[in-house]
Amino acid sequence: MSISLKGRDCLGLSDFSPEEIRLILDTAKDMKKFLRGDVKKSDLLRGKSIITLFYEPSTRTRTSFELAGKYLGADVVNITAGTSSIVKGESLRDTLYTVSAMDVDAIVMRHKAEGAAAYAAKVVKPVIINAGDGAHAHPSQGLLNLFTIEEHKGKFEGLKVAVIGDILHSRVARSDIAAMTKMGIELHIAGPKTLLPRFSTDDKVIVHDRIEEAVENADVIEVLRIQLERMKGGLFPTTREYARIFGLNTERLKLAKNDVLILHPGPMNKGWEISNEVAYSLNSAIQTEVENGVAVRMALYKLLLTGGEV
Amino acid sequence: MMKTLLKNGRVIDPKNNIDKNLDLLVEAGKIAQISENIENADAEIIDVANKIIAPGFIDMHTHLREPGQEAKEDFESGSMAAAAGGFTRIATMPNTNPAVDNAALVRSLKERACEVAKTHIEIIGAVTKGQKGEELSELLDMTEAGAIAFSDDGHYIDNSKILLNALDYLAMTNKIIISHAEITSLVEGGAMNEGKVSAKLGLQGRPSVAEDIAVMRDIMLAEYAGAKIHIAHISSARAVDIVREAKQRGVKVTAEVTPQHLTMTEDIVDFTDSSTKINPPLRTEKDRDALFKGLKDGVIDMIVTDHSPHAPEEKDREYIYAPSGFPGLETSFPVLNTELVKTNKVDIFTIIERMTAAPARVFGIDAGELSIGKIADITVIDPNLEWIVDEKKFYTRGSHSPFVGRKLVGKPILTMVAGKVAMQNGVVI
Repeated sequence: MSISLKGRDCLGLSDFSPEEIRLILDTAKDMKKFLRGDVKKSDLLRGKSIITLFYEPSTRTRTSFELAGKYLGADVVNITAGTSSIVKGESLRDTLYTVSAMDVDAIVMRHKAEGAAAYAAKVVKPVIINAGDGAHAHPSQGLLNLFTIEEHKGKFEGLKVAVIGDILHSRVARSDIAAMTKMGIELHIAGPKTLLPRFSTDDKVIVHDRIEEAVENADVIEVLRIQLERMKGGLFPTTREYARIFGLNTERLKLAKNDVLILHPGPMNKGWEISNEVAYSLNSAIQTEVENGVAVRMALYKLLLTGGEV
Repeated sequence: MMKTLLKNGRVIDPKNNIDKNLDLLVEAGKIAQISENIENADAEIIDVANKIIAPGFIDMHTHLREPGQEAKEDFESGSMAAAAGGFTRIATMPNTNPAVDNAALVRSLKERACEVAKTHIEIIGAVTKGQKGEELSELLDMTEAGAIAFSDDGHYIDNSKILLNALDYLAMTNKIIISHAEITSLVEGGAMNEGKVSAKLGLQGRPSVAEDIAVMRDIMLAEYAGAKIHIAHISSARAVDIVREAKQRGVKVTAEVTPQHLTMTEDIVDFTDSSTKINPPLRTEKDRDALFKGLKDGVIDMIVTDHSPHAPEEKDREYIYAPSGFPGLETSFPVLNTELVKTNKVDIFTIIERMTAAPARVFGIDAGELSIGKIADITVIDPNLEWIVDEKKFYTRGSHSPFVGRKLVGKPILTMVAGKVAMQNGVVI
């Protein structure tokens, strides 16, 4: 059975079957090889145009999508909220109309509002790739997490993965939940009770309010960013207490398997949710993830825009 | 003298406990005669065989947006939507710009209603100045100017002392405070019910406990003051229980519910379509079932639409940024008939009672019945008419109703306001 993702939007990983995720990861493997080659330029996407439309600040995701497109030969234009007519109060619908009227093939979108990417997919024709919509989804991050895990562990089946920190507000966590259990991973989420969803989103996910339980014997630990504004909202008392009780430090890391892999979607608050030693330890794949991010996004472009035929 | 004779209809008049095939004669804007086989040579005869003749519907919770938000709705468009939906009397909430918090505004709106409205319009005044929840509005002044009730709808009066003062103060009149019961700090920023669906979508929630606590506090304050309180758009199962227990204790509490809360749940929330964004939010199946049981057994006194129109461009945007509410006047009875009557969950007599006699009784309005000599506010319903909700045919300026595209059964086909035809066969006159 051949699978084609041509013309599909990438709004969230719950829309993709395990076979489709497999295809994306396999394609990303080829892309990583290509990235490590001498000439990082292909004409696979020659004549295709991609717009990155970012309503929220971003370094790695936006740059990663931009470079991924350029490496494959596409024309990539970046629009950020602060430097566009969005500051003049243009509605999302009108901005999308404007952008798509320029005959773009794909719009990579980041927005503060949950559902914004799905709304865009309803409103305009180009392929929509969700680069993060509020607390809902960040599918390319979920995919690159999977890619990095498989690269290091060689499998998904039977792995224990712990995702720790602010689960409640995290689009990365929701993408992990949507994809990881689907691939056979035993997924544990942990954080202070105020930062855990009150209602389970998936019965297969195991929830803890102490990170020790989640970290114990883990093959992979992903640490999520905590935001200072959550503290101001009264969800936890101080960063000091957070770091002491919920931060991932070398002491807690000892509970995990020796070859545990450390992930963080970035940007990190070092000293709060993750200690400096852990972030830069041999177990850390945080920098590898950035490279893998480019490969995964190239794979997404290839599959969504060309269907995969070379 | 204008005379209209409605012949061969099934008269359902809950106030007088009538459900019988009868003719009804309207003369000089009043109900002149109700009996079998009325013959009257001078009257214009309208054959309403197989149709229901009911008192004109009363809706105690609408947002007609005057003054200040006429792009969303005004008295003319809102009352046209009302007439189209079989309503002859609607009350409009004061969360306008400026808020209706003084007698001069109440008077000018009443005048405006006389000039442009197709139905009777009642004015609800703000409990507190600017609906800010800090200082009492001139409640007695507004009462004298003809305000029907008071509410800070859209906002909860978080300050308990202010609400207690308002309850005590208004106990000098027969006016009621209508409470939008959701604790502000628990719902701020929330876009839908807090539950499994919000957890999945990542949308911030408005938990039902925010409503339960608010309803409980308001009832306790009303009980303490010996005053009346009316709970607006009740939506949670626990809140229904709280009202039930309070009524059993003899507290003067009444409650209303909307067709949307009676027929839909959080499961239909689609975050690319803001039509389901309402406050309080659509909740769970358990809540919905408790609502129609409460409606049936009378714990919930009446049905309202919470008609909340917004300009299409305001609603057509990101879910979290879109304003809450949608227009409900033109779909209210048909939705109830389709979802509750035709499914045998609630009988039609009860539905009509909750839309006519009940609001009249609770708010002291001389309407909602088909008694001889009373004002001829009448709705004729075709209970079996099948139709599809089409936004383009709405009289309201609002859009984004979650009922758009739905096939419904039953529709008001004639609305008479004070004996004058305001709508016939879907056309507002």
